[in-house]
Amino acid sequence: MVLELLPVVPFLRRRILHHIAMPMNRQQVLDMYFMEARAKLIDIAAFLDRVDRAPGEADFRLAAFRQALKELDGGTPERAKNVLLSFSDPSVEPLEKASVKGAIGAFAGNVKD
Amino acid sequence: MRYIEPHGHMVSRTTDDYQDMVTAGCEAVCEPAFWAGYDRKSADGFYDYFCQLTEHEPKRAAKFGLAHFCWLCINPKESEDMGLAKDVIDLIPKFIDKPGVLGIGEIGLNKNSRNELKVLEMHVEVAAKYDQLILVHTPHLEDKLKGTKLILDVLKSDKRIKPERVIIDHVEEHTIKLVKDTGMWAGMTLYPESKCTPARAIDMLEVYGTDRIWMNSACDWGISVPLAVPRTMLEMKKRGHTVDLIDKVAYQNPIQFMRQSPKFKLTA
Repeated sequence: MVLELLPVVPFLRRRILHHIAMPMNRQQVLDMYFMEARAKLIDIAAFLDRVDRAPGEADFRLAAFRQALKELDGGTPERAKNVLLSFSDPSVEPLEKASVKGAIGAFAGNVKD
Repeated sequence: MRYIEPHGHMVSRTTDDYQDMVTAGCEAVCEPAFWAGYDRKSADGFYDYFCQLTEHEPKRAAKFGLAHFCWLCINPKESEDMGLAKDVIDLIPKFIDKPGVLGIGEIGLNKNSRNELKVLEMHVEVAAKYDQLILVHTPHLEDKLKGTKLILDVLKSDKRIKPERVIIDHVEEHTIKLVKDTGMWAGMTLYPESKCTPARAIDMLEVYGTDRIWMNSACDWGISVPLAVPRTMLEMKKRGHTVDLIDKVAYQNPIQFMRQSPKFKLTA
């Protein structure tokens, strides 16, 4: 309950919610991970370019991917979780029978027109 | 830095990997029964596999001074065939008293089908009857969230199963809290593309804490990194985490979970 009284002090709220202290400050996180993240971002951009250059239709995975990208604009540090949720099957009933073994990375039922 | 590899499919790895792991500080490797990449056609295939896990692989590991332990089950990917599943599960009691067998695993779900669920329940029955630890595989990619919820429901509904004796492996950011809230253990798997990166695993440690959690490589016959755990330990050190904290996650935590089996003893 005390934590709910701290919306105006997000920094303090984050520190209390974290079970272990983050040893790095924000500048140090950037120093350590910026170049890697930059490379991954360019890879994503290049992937989308490659898809555009290729002839033919795309299946639902492209729309699912674009939808998941929007989670990066989220304002809370739950983007990774929200991207995973965006790709996840939200249904609760078991499948009658498994006709395939593999997973494909996205769930068609989540794709918004 | 010392560590335990709590989930490595060493039958599919070479002696180079054993040498590298020991050089990197590994003191024990634990090997769940898994899908070989193809469907075994009969229970005889599993009998031979269980012999390999309980007799041959420990000897192979011992040549490098590495303690080897294992888990037994029929993998979720092979669980649509109920007849085969029953025959394999009936074999498990014949091997359960072997020296290195820690429990039942890696059971779980793959596509979240009804037959997979029934086979999961059959395994849980064996685990409860023989008082075994349980190691659970959660499904891949888009199936993971649904499968994790279904698995947790099965385990929570059986009052004989103590949550602290269950590890739910391959958690990610959208499933870790579900698992930890039940009192069960959570395993983070450092596996390219389909599971976690070292950076994300460390993020989850920072957000959700270091209790009831371990890291593993789940190295197997696919593209995987047997040294993923020590590499993640190095990244933790680079971030500024203490040696004690790193040792807790990579060494003490796996021991804390697995010594709930009296068979888990590290060689001197």
